[in-house]
Amino acid sequence: MSAGLHRREVVKALLEDRGDLLVVAGLGSAAWDCTAAGDHPLTFPLWGAMGSACMIGLGLALAQPERRVLVVTGDGEMLMGLGSLATIGAQRPGNLAVVVLDNERYGETGMQKTHTAYGTDLAAVAGACGFADSRIVRRNAGIAAVRSGIHRGRGPLFFQVKVKRDSLPLVLPPRDGAHLKHRFREALLGKEAAAR
Amino acid sequence: MPGKTSKARSAAAIDWPAAIHRALKSQRVRQVCYVPDAGHKRLIELCHADKNMAVVPLTSEEEGIGLAAGAWLGGKRAVLLMQSSGVGNCANALTLAANCKFPLLMLITMRGEEGELNPWQIPMGQATPETLRLGGVRAFRLDRAADALATVGAAARFAFDDCAAVAVTIAQRLIGIKSFLEKP
Repeated sequence: MSAGLHRREVVKALLEDRGDLLVVAGLGSAAWDCTAAGDHPLTFPLWGAMGSACMIGLGLALAQPERRVLVVTGDGEMLMGLGSLATIGAQRPGNLAVVVLDNERYGETGMQKTHTAYGTDLAAVAGACGFADSRIVRRNAGIAAVRSGIHRGRGPLFFQVKVKRDSLPLVLPPRDGAHLKHRFREALLGKEAAAR
Repeated sequence: MPGKTSKARSAAAIDWPAAIHRALKSQRVRQVCYVPDAGHKRLIELCHADKNMAVVPLTSEEEGIGLAAGAWLGGKRAVLLMQSSGVGNCANALTLAANCKFPLLMLITMRGEEGELNPWQIPMGQATPETLRLGGVRAFRLDRAADALATVGAAARFAFDDCAAVAVTIAQRLIGIKSFLEKP
């Protein structure tokens, strides 16, 4: 068993009593983790478009400045969209937080090492891109601060949470992308506005 | 806008970037993201000066497809500006349009067409129409400055009313040819 936190427990703690939080979940394990914490219409889980999670979060955060937006994704997905950290840093949305569950592996494709296993410091990248706060979280004691940052902190915030390299049972969200989009808009905007 | 040829002068007389800006405003587009192109220079400036538009410079074109999807989730409309060289970068992100039926409006200035002086722009420019088609993007062509308002308006309605991926490809001869002799 590798070092690090239990990813499902971390996500469960972050999404418990989530209030009106809007969530985007990157493809693969991060989406399964969010679903394991409870499928929710205001969670938009990705099944593809790898590297897009943070940008979807940015578009949502700019569109809904009064709401808090959380992107939960994995290290591999984040690495594919590294440029989006610079794009977010240039916009500095105060209502956006990014949590990367970093197991240093591509978990869906055979547990190959990602660049974080070779030393890439994602939190340092986010900090250098202008995130208001960015840090690596290695202990359970740090999760309460992540939670309060997500709900109340001045963003953009970046938390790279080191998690164990375990393979967990799949907990799959609905697969129909149009359904996921529509239920999110309906829950956020109301039935009438969502149909427009 | 200084025009060096009669074609450039007639395009400037119509001010097609301002017409596109008006079309975007009347379609309630609130987020404008871009990887810049000289052909989009004036439109980008108009959008930056518009208090009702959030303007987001991108590091790569596919970021804009994610941004537009997020905007739509949040109840807002977005547009993505780029040059044709960036179309290939968008391929995998276009799954958001195909699988989720997110509306997508792309305004693409063309490179690699008649008069192109940089041969390295030609392969992606020439492959752009087919790349868009394979990616499930409906393409409108804008050849004449006078059509800018109507064509972009029609493309926007297609995108937002039908939740479709739509591109307007803007002819290189409308924009003018980059000469490499002087700074734009």
